[in-house]
Amino acid sequence: MRYIPNSPEERQEMLRGLGLGSAEELFDSIPADIILSEPLRTPAALSEIELLERFETLAAKNTAARRPSFLGAGAYTHYAPTIIDSLIQRSEFFTAYTPYQPEISQGTLQAIFEFQTMVCQLTGMDVANASMYDGSTAMAEAVLMAERVTRRTRVLVSGAVHPEYMRVAETYVAHAGIELKRLEVDEETGRTSLDTAMLDASVAAVVIQSPNFFGCVEELKSFADEVHAAGALLVVVVTESASFGLLRSPGACGADIVVAEGQSFGVPLSFGGPYVGLFATREKYARQIPGRLVGVAYDKEGRRGFVLTLATREQHIRREKATSNICTNEGLIALAVTIYMTTMGRRGIQEVAAQCAQKTAYARRRIAALEGYTLPCSAPIFNEFVVRAPVEAGGLLRRLATRDNVTGGLALSRYFPERPNDFLVCVTETNKRADIDALVAGLKQS
Amino acid sequence: MTITKATTHITQNESLVFERSQTGRRGYLLPALDVDETPLDELLPAELRRDDLEGVPELSEPDVVRHFTRISTWNYNIDLGLYPLGSCTMKYNSRLNERVARIQGFASLHPLAPEEDAQGALEVMYELQQHLAEITGLPGISLQPAAGAHGEMTGVMMIRSFLDARDGQAEGGAARRNVMLIPDSAHGTNPASAHLSGFSVKTIRSTPEGLTDLEHLRELCASGDVAGLMLTNPNTCGIFERNIKEICRHIHEAGGLVYMDGANMNALVGVARPGDMGVDVIHLNLHKTFSTPHGGGGPGSGPCCCTAELEPFLPVPRVVINRGENDNPRFALDYARPQSIGRVKAFYGNFGMHLRALAYILTHGNTGLREATEAAVLNARFISHGLADTFDKPFDSPPMHEVLFTDKRQTRKGVHTLDIAKRLIDYGFHPMTIYFPLIVQGAMLIEPTESVGRAELQQFIDAMKEIAREAVEDADTVLNAPHTTRIGRLDEAAAARKPVLRWRPAEKATGA
Amino acid sequence: MANVPEGLYYSKDHEWLKVEGDAGTVGITDHAQSSLGDVVYVELPKAGETFAAHDTFGSVESVKAVSELFLPVACVVVEVNDSLTDEPEKVNTDPYGDGWMLKVRLSGRGEVDSLLSAAEYEDYLKTNVEQ
Repeated sequence: MRYIPNSPEERQEMLRGLGLGSAEELFDSIPADIILSEPLRTPAALSEIELLERFETLAAKNTAARRPSFLGAGAYTHYAPTIIDSLIQRSEFFTAYTPYQPEISQGTLQAIFEFQTMVCQLTGMDVANASMYDGSTAMAEAVLMAERVTRRTRVLVSGAVHPEYMRVAETYVAHAGIELKRLEVDEETGRTSLDTAMLDASVAAVVIQSPNFFGCVEELKSFADEVHAAGALLVVVVTESASFGLLRSPGACGADIVVAEGQSFGVPLSFGGPYVGLFATREKYARQIPGRLVGVAYDKEGRRGFVLTLATREQHIRREKATSNICTNEGLIALAVTIYMTTMGRRGIQEVAAQCAQKTAYARRRIAALEGYTLPCSAPIFNEFVVRAPVEAGGLLRRLATRDNVTGGLALSRYFPERPNDFLVCVTETNKRADIDALVAGLKQS
Repeated sequence: MTITKATTHITQNESLVFERSQTGRRGYLLPALDVDETPLDELLPAELRRDDLEGVPELSEPDVVRHFTRISTWNYNIDLGLYPLGSCTMKYNSRLNERVARIQGFASLHPLAPEEDAQGALEVMYELQQHLAEITGLPGISLQPAAGAHGEMTGVMMIRSFLDARDGQAEGGAARRNVMLIPDSAHGTNPASAHLSGFSVKTIRSTPEGLTDLEHLRELCASGDVAGLMLTNPNTCGIFERNIKEICRHIHEAGGLVYMDGANMNALVGVARPGDMGVDVIHLNLHKTFSTPHGGGGPGSGPCCCTAELEPFLPVPRVVINRGENDNPRFALDYARPQSIGRVKAFYGNFGMHLRALAYILTHGNTGLREATEAAVLNARFISHGLADTFDKPFDSPPMHEVLFTDKRQTRKGVHTLDIAKRLIDYGFHPMTIYFPLIVQGAMLIEPTESVGRAELQQFIDAMKEIAREAVEDADTVLNAPHTTRIGRLDEAAAARKPVLRWRPAEKATGA
Repeated sequence: MANVPEGLYYSKDHEWLKVEGDAGTVGITDHAQSSLGDVVYVELPKAGETFAAHDTFGSVESVKAVSELFLPVACVVVEVNDSLTDEPEKVNTDPYGDGWMLKVRLSGRGEVDSLLSAAEYEDYLKTNVEQ
């Protein structure tokens, strides 16, 4: 095996040096009746040439990867500057462990500190952690944190939160003594309607996604006032981080915890992962935050460095009383996001957001003008919107894919069987006008 | 003689990106907008918009490349040398696997693409599941968990759901069996995951040999409310739990299930299988055993593998194979699993890691997988042997893939594990895992993995012996280590008392 | 050797109690602070809270450890040492003085008698801890 430095001969010599006759003797402490008596029935080794051919063949079967696409719904196609992938492939970053030894991990630690800072700047919050697995688990952790902070056990979740995020939260709270209640979505506007009667003293938090799953921008400020009046926390979820470049920050709207999926910022789609969860909150809740935190520290000479800090919240110290069980998070993806934000910078992040909004507006105008098609939600949107087709959406999108070679969006029936004709369209800065025109032409024909 | 540097070395004093930022610099260019521009006020009312992205840096592309390249050089990494963190399995990360993960047909595939247009990705997941089932001897697999602790949580929640289904929910919704047994040597994620799943934790003692105390286990099982056991095997002392079958039998007879933490599977692949030991459910760390890069703290991937009995409880969706016309396989996502614990993550897991792990398995082949295990255990044994006369070894049992020592012989002169670890840095090695497992005072847990050659192992042994000598003859050198890094030991207490967790403009004055 | 002043009562959980009439002051012992290392955070209850003997009343954290704090006697909290929020290091530098944690009103005298005297606590440390 070419990844093993010691040759078979060298290994024989080492075995002899240890007084062992064969490699089998290394496993003498394992009872004989559980030692495998025959080789694993996994395939024989492939050379590099064969392996690449194998994976290229498999990749070619992913026909959707080659088509212009208007899919969003939690994973977005955005421009990623080339230097991101080149920098994260430096050995120093991708083959390092969690920075437990700060003197020889300052590169990782400083990058995380920069990440935490930029997440705060985007979200308008005071503190952010070193990352969560993804947006969905970050939201579930926010629900658990709200219970810790308020000692209340009911959480109201908008019906316009990404359905898969909702499923994940249900799993996480199943044994935590927390009850999730769904808030209705106004059919006319596409926005969450908060029934204030539900906001009683048992409510720990209200969870609102904005832009929501249907693309509509929520009026967070008015939610914040009512939620705070009831002594609960406002948790804001963002699945499309590009929206941070245009929309008022959740922090400025009064959010207490902001969680987001960071994939939009330079992370490949990669069939759903690895992505990265952003998690930010107010200073006063810093000790309740899940996951790792990096802070400033100085050595004896007064030189500035960075260390993992407030570790007593974490599982390796507080064990079953920890704020979360998370250990390994998404370090390298958080680094990719940090490089994205640094490269695009203050103006680039805003320009991407503005282009998304402009191109989406163009697509909306064109589709709204088609006979038989309507846009059912009246609220302002960012870069996703629901289209109501005159026919069943699943079949329509299938025809678009095979006939027009375009992935036209997501049939909402996947999550909402009662909405057979609705589909969700997402437009980003990567969708050219010609692609949008092709989509419109395809819809017109169908 | 003192050496005076002509200038402060620029690459060693790289500022924060915010301190480097210059208004007006840019590192990107987007295509010109190709649609008619709509006034912003018509798109979004002003009260929903932000005015600016205050504080986000502005840099040119070379600035960005230099910044991250410079700070990267302050990191130790596997490609540089031995990274012997016990229980972390820092093995070689193949470049070929990186290339595989970046093939456009995978990297640009949207998770909500129609199944018929994503057959290659589903096939990758299905095939990886098959191989992991063979390696663990456990047929039910979910690739959804994103890391080890996430896989633990998944496995333990499955135990909860299984018991609830088998025993029925007790009055008032409180489940009857509520106790999860966890050895005192376990990783902290175990009790944290058990707690998330609604279990209360009872700790099992270890024997003087470093094994699970069977007597104590029996006692705890007798209480009648045992839901299960979470066990790492080989355990965190690097020793194989030779009574594993008996342990599993006790738990099963007491009505519970056995969860195995797969963190140490690098000692077992191709040699022994958890399924054959009586384990019901295990998570694997693809970022350990299957060499997907650790990335400075993730992404990981923590597939959950279980018995046929537990399979209905795995997270949804499951990747399954259907035979279509002409017996052509068609891969699909199956959501119709009413007993499932539900989703633990959006979409299907860290697919990019699944690709790399499959590439690892296929590159090694069945004989190569076992060869890697043998080489890993042999290397640990070599270190164990080489340091046996110098450092205290708390347990006699022969180690598997990692070996545990303590600082007992060095503490007389005031040198502790932390100091030994810091001094190793001066010798060019990353330190071992320190102060874990918690049951051993001054623990040093060393895992060399198979990815290191004999000469370098010997250099590591020599460095450790040299440090032991220094601890006696020149303790101050060890106590003040490291001496060769750009910063010294950092004041972690001060950092925790007044945490500064983000940069703010006011800090600029004190910046380097 | 840890400092164990005369005139205080001690618990086996390493808390000390100073009694003046029905008023008490509570803190952790020199031995406790020294085993913890640099204290970075102290979490304390609010004035007015009522506790039974052996109840957890808070926690004290060092960089890499956290210990729960147990009340030696049943009491009502009268005052909390808020200065520990900004200067937790006082627990290290002056555990029996500026590093005090709670002023309490004892609910009864009975439990005080079951606590250790300075000499008994020193013996306890010798036989159980400082082997």
